This record gives sequence, C-alpha cells and structure tokens, in this order.
Amino acid sequence: MKDVTETCPLNRGQVMAMYFLEHRARLLDVAAFLDRLDRSCGQESPDFREQALYSAIGLLSDGQPHRTARILALLSDCTDELPQSAEGMKGALGAVPLTEGDSE
Amino acid sequence: MKYIDPHIHMVSRTTDDYQRMALAGCVAVTEPAFWAGFDRSSAQGFFDYFRQLTEYEPRRAAQAGIQHFTWLCINPKEADDPAFARDVIALIPEFLKCETVLGIGEIGLNKNTRNEQIILEEQIALAETHNQLVLVHTPHLEDKRKGTRLIMDALQASSIDPGRILIDHVEEHTVGEVLDRGFWAGMTLYPDTKMTPQRAADVIEMYGSERIWMNSAGDWGCSDPLAVPKAQQEMRRRGHTTQLIDQVTYSNPQKFLSQSPRFHVAET
Repeated sequence: MKDVTETCPLNRGQVMAMYFLEHRARLLDVAAFLDRLDRSCGQESPDFREQALYSAIGLLSDGQPHRTARILALLSDCTDELPQSAEGMKGALGAVPLTEGDSE
Repeated sequence: MKYIDPHIHMVSRTTDDYQRMALAGCVAVTEPAFWAGFDRSSAQGFFDYFRQLTEYEPRRAAQAGIQHFTWLCINPKEADDPAFARDVIALIPEFLKCETVLGIGEIGLNKNTRNEQIILEEQIALAETHNQLVLVHTPHLEDKRKGTRLIMDALQASSIDPGRILIDHVEEHTVGEVLDRGFWAGMTLYPDTKMTPQRAADVIEMYGSERIWMNSAGDWGCSDPLAVPKAQQEMRRRGHTTQLIDQVTYSNPQKFLSQSPRFHVAET
C-alpha cells in the first residue's frame, strides 16, 4: 500500500485537539451498540456482521496504516461469481461472511 | 468560495436547496440520470425523466443563478432486465443532441450481475459511438470493490480514453486502483453509506489532488446538498491552501467536464 507518512498537514497534537471529542463519542456509540447486541432477547447465534465488526475492531488497534482501506477490504465481497440477475436479491448488507484468514 | 457540484440529483431536491447552494458558492451542477427510489414501469417513464433533466431542471437551477448540466442513461439498478433497458437506451441518442447533455451516466453495476454487466457494456458502446464522456456509478458497501474492478475491466476493453471517464463513489479501498488505471475519481460525501468530508480530505492528503473531485450526490435519501462546501471548510480548518481547495472543488471538475464542448461556466 502507498506510503502516506506525514501527509496530514497537522501535527499529532493538533489532530487530537481537533478530533478527539468527536471520535470519543463515536467510540462510545460503538460500545453502546455492542452492549445492546449483548442485551438483546432470544438465543440467536451471532450473524456474520457481528463477526465482521469484531474483526474490523481488531484492525483499529494493530498500529498499521491504512486502517480504513483494510477495514473496507475486510467487509468486501471477494468472490468471483456473477449471478445472472438481481431478482430476489436483498440490498447491500455492509459485510460478507468471513473466510479463514480474513481476520488476521 | 465558488464550487461545482458535479454529481447531484436535483430532481429530488427542493428549490430552496438551489438557493442555499447558490449562497454557499455553487455556480454549476451536473446531474446524472439515476434510480428514483422505485422502478419505472415503462420506457415512457424515462422519456419524461429525460425531458425533466434536459428542459425543466436547467430553468429551475437558473432561477438561483446556477448552471445545470446533465448525463443520460438507464441506471444499473433498473438495468437488470436487458429488454427493458434496451428500450430505454434507444431513447438516448435523440437526447444527446440537447445542449446541456455532457455524456452517458451514471452507468455501472449495482449487484454485480451478468444482466447489469451486459447493459453496462452496451452503454459503454453507446458512449463510444457518440464520443461521449462517461460518469460511472460504483456499487455500495460490500459490492463496491468487486464491482469497481469489473467496471474498470469493461471500460478498458473499449476504446474510450480513461481520461474521459469519471469513476464515482470511490472510497479508500478503491481510489488508488482507479487513479492508477488512468481514470478520474469522484468522492461522494454522504452521511451514512459513503464518505464524510473528513475522510475525503484524508484521501486528498494521501492520494493527491490530480484527477479527483468531490460531490454530494444529493438525492431523495439521507444526503446533504451542502456537502461540498462542508468539505471545503474541513480542508480549510486543516490549513490546506485556497489553491488546493479550489482545485478539488472547482478547477478539477471544470477541467474534466470541459472535455465536453457543451460545458462552460459563465464568468460572473
């Protein structure tokens, strides 16, 4: 992937000052969503989106660049098949079932 | 600060949106033909829509002092029935004569099906035959990466210069490949499913400002017709120069769109 070192014109302190509170709130939204999932009624096993979300969360703290692109790739359809028609298909769901190695 | 919104569906917006956009600095919009939120039942429905895009909407925009241009096609979501799609495509050559039509768009894929791909290729051929610019819709969410690659493969199988094709709705996992393959890239600033102004500014910082623009793609869904000036503001607060902000929100769209002899922004 492209080297993007020092492409943001702000220094680290400026980025933190400008964006911390906004992203603190978003992080709490994610936490509350996961709590809500855990508190939900019924015995259904987690669907593929939950697994994908936890895998994506793992990428956030791996210290490597291009987190956004890598999360988007993780949530992408990587198959080669082309169905003939969209008839009966649901809208986009935002994630696909993970295959072995996707969460690494 | 003046700007061009090169992808917005004004038929779905109110007149006061035009007024607010003009106040925010918008001087011109280009409106691709798209899915109206429901499937039209006949080609006649598209005939009326194309008249709205070429006759009515430019007049409504002019009342706010905004120039309105358009693109024509059958959108990928309604292109899954090839026979129906061909009836619509047959209408397009006559409308290509209208003075505000810039090209074919937004064509592309939705669910990456073979039927959509057939109609995509036929509309690429239409653009090729009539020497038109092309504006491309890429699929949403999990379908985007695969669909974007399929679309670029189909476009590169044609004789159309990639410099005359804009691939829209790029995100961080597709923008690099789009630019590397010689196409223009469009970033859609959308509250939920696409990009925020902050991420768009990040992409400019990481991938540069050549062959790239931003648009709101404002439509009938959750969208923001003032997304482009909000991205200008985001770049400004990061300390980017006025020259860079102007490039990605005015000069770049002007440069790409001016490849059509019909596109000209009146100096005020």
